[in-house]
Amino acid sequence: MKSTNFIDNLPRVYGIYTGGFIGFIIIMAIAEQMGMSAKAIGIAFVAFTVFIYALIGWLSRTAQADAYYVAGRQVPTVFNGMATAADWMSGASFVAMAGGIYFKGYGYMALLVGWTGGYVLVASLLAPYLRKFGCYTVPDFIGTRYGGNLARFSAVVVLTVASFTYVTAQINATGTIASVALDIPFQYAVYIGLISILLCSMLGGMRGVTWTQVAQYIVLIIAYLLPVFWISNKMGAGFFPHFMLADEVARIGELESQFGFVKNSAADLATVPKGLAGITKAHSAVNATPWAFISLALAMMMGTASLPHVMMRYFTTPSVKAARKSVGWSLFFIFLLYSSAPMLATLSKLSLIDPNLSTGIIGKSIAEVQAIDWYQNWNAANLMFVSDFNGNGTVELNEFFMGGKAVVLATPEIAGLPYVISGLVAAGGMAAAMSTADGLILAIANAISHDVYYKIIDPKAETAKRLVVARVLLVVIGFAGATIAAMEIQGILGSVIWAFDFAMSGLFFPLVLGVWWKRANRQGAIAGMLGGLAAGTWYLVWVRTGGSGFLGITQLTFGIFGSAVSLVAMVVVSLLTAEPDKATQKMVDEVRVPSGKTILGKQ
Amino acid sequence: MSNQEKHWEKSRGLLMITLAIWFVFSIGIFLFGAEMNEVTGPFGYPWTYWFTCQGSLGAFVILIFWFANRQEKIDEEFGFSEREDE
Repeated sequence: MKSTNFIDNLPRVYGIYTGGFIGFIIIMAIAEQMGMSAKAIGIAFVAFTVFIYALIGWLSRTAQADAYYVAGRQVPTVFNGMATAADWMSGASFVAMAGGIYFKGYGYMALLVGWTGGYVLVASLLAPYLRKFGCYTVPDFIGTRYGGNLARFSAVVVLTVASFTYVTAQINATGTIASVALDIPFQYAVYIGLISILLCSMLGGMRGVTWTQVAQYIVLIIAYLLPVFWISNKMGAGFFPHFMLADEVARIGELESQFGFVKNSAADLATVPKGLAGITKAHSAVNATPWAFISLALAMMMGTASLPHVMMRYFTTPSVKAARKSVGWSLFFIFLLYSSAPMLATLSKLSLIDPNLSTGIIGKSIAEVQAIDWYQNWNAANLMFVSDFNGNGTVELNEFFMGGKAVVLATPEIAGLPYVISGLVAAGGMAAAMSTADGLILAIANAISHDVYYKIIDPKAETAKRLVVARVLLVVIGFAGATIAAMEIQGILGSVIWAFDFAMSGLFFPLVLGVWWKRANRQGAIAGMLGGLAAGTWYLVWVRTGGSGFLGITQLTFGIFGSAVSLVAMVVVSLLTAEPDKATQKMVDEVRVPSGKTILGKQ
Repeated sequence: MSNQEKHWEKSRGLLMITLAIWFVFSIGIFLFGAEMNEVTGPFGYPWTYWFTCQGSLGAFVILIFWFANRQEKIDEEFGFSEREDE
């Protein structure tokens, strides 16, 4: 899998793969009609797709550093876009995003804007320049641009904190899906998830991850869009939901004002199982202050531009030009899923709360709802709950509770779709979580093996030895992540949003100013990275231990404080110390033009 | 002013325009979210709701491709574009 011939054949290879996957879905649908059990279908979907990813991982094995770290820098624009989209969209995006919109409406949708708008910053401020640099990792850029082991090491520290926060949540998600689909305890399922993840990345490094991520994107996008379109058509809401749900959105608003948002007492809420929530916020009305919305979006955008596992995907393109275009394609492929999530939330909510629909449960008697098949299934899975707080015998809007995951996982079943769709959704969630976990683990392991081991500890190490170290680290970091995930304390550690805040606190300005401000020097960058990370972490701890916070910055947006400190520290310290030497300034000039050899390629 | 300085000045100008458009769609319109949501927008959705679901997201996709094309033109103009054989 290394000839240019393979690259030319990519559209054909993935075309056949997509056709094969659709064929597999059809076979499963027929098998379901012939009496295959729901459990067997779930196992078949997860096992089949994971086997394909592992096969791609094995076929992509390599012994070359260039292929292992940057996929040989020959990934075509559109395919790198798909790989980035899979790398980007985590288990949380896939399983939890529609649920978040369902419960919190407009205020939560700041994440949609934030997680897409950040790519404008990636394309215009960073990706093409880092590609021209020719580095293997993000700390590689920091270490060479600013010089010195301390700058390089500081970047590794920020990268590790941000990515590790993120990766435990992803391993946790693969474990959850594997445990449901394969019907095994979570503590073991986590390790099955981990082994699946390592199969994709260990032998081929970035090359293996690239080609499995493309395959995973195809699975996850089919698994997300097919149910949305199907449900919309089945409900008669419109054959193309994105353009046709205005009436449904308006109808939800009508029902909300009809039912009203009744506040439950604390004693009543205490009887609701943990993790479930009711509908307490308007669906489409503006329910957050401008600053609450904008600060969350801004934090996510700057975080996007600082997360190394995304940035390193653009190191794999053949040219600077291709890196820019590739960012556009990435966002296009992300857009396909993100623009569908609000539609799914709308369909899901309306089908549950509209008394005029046969699936609606509000206004039905409690006993009637408790007798519905899907209610019993999801109640048993601890994702749905009704309780007659006011004792009138019927379900009210404030008496119905659901888990965030249920919007994606249960809506197909509520709408009466065949089980094969639920199996497909499980495979999609697995693909989303695995692809992100792979990108993150590889980012950490590569930074430690390349920047700490090769560049700092043993610069004379041979390629073979470096790659052994890289692979050992991959396994060690994966197991560390899985062990923490298995402890199920991800309520604290698994907050995906924190990863963005950590990354932007420590890396945003050192990266951006490295290209756009020639005067930025080593001392400034180190102050910016360590000062920003420390300030952000302090703010998070302070707010979580009862601190009041200031300027409306919450534990979800602490990166705004961290990055502000980072900017000030970096500018002040840079100006107080000597300007970078001539060679460094010349290097920055060269980074700014696309033509010519890469910076590191010359050394 | 050298060729490279001119190239960088133009690139910086393009960056400013790109960031200005980015600002409008990511921050600017949400300053007036409540007011704009009263008005019916594309496909019958309220304006602000439509922007958060589709409008801003789509605008970012188009903006990046537009930016990439403009930057390529600038690189070509000053002779800094990459040769195919590199």
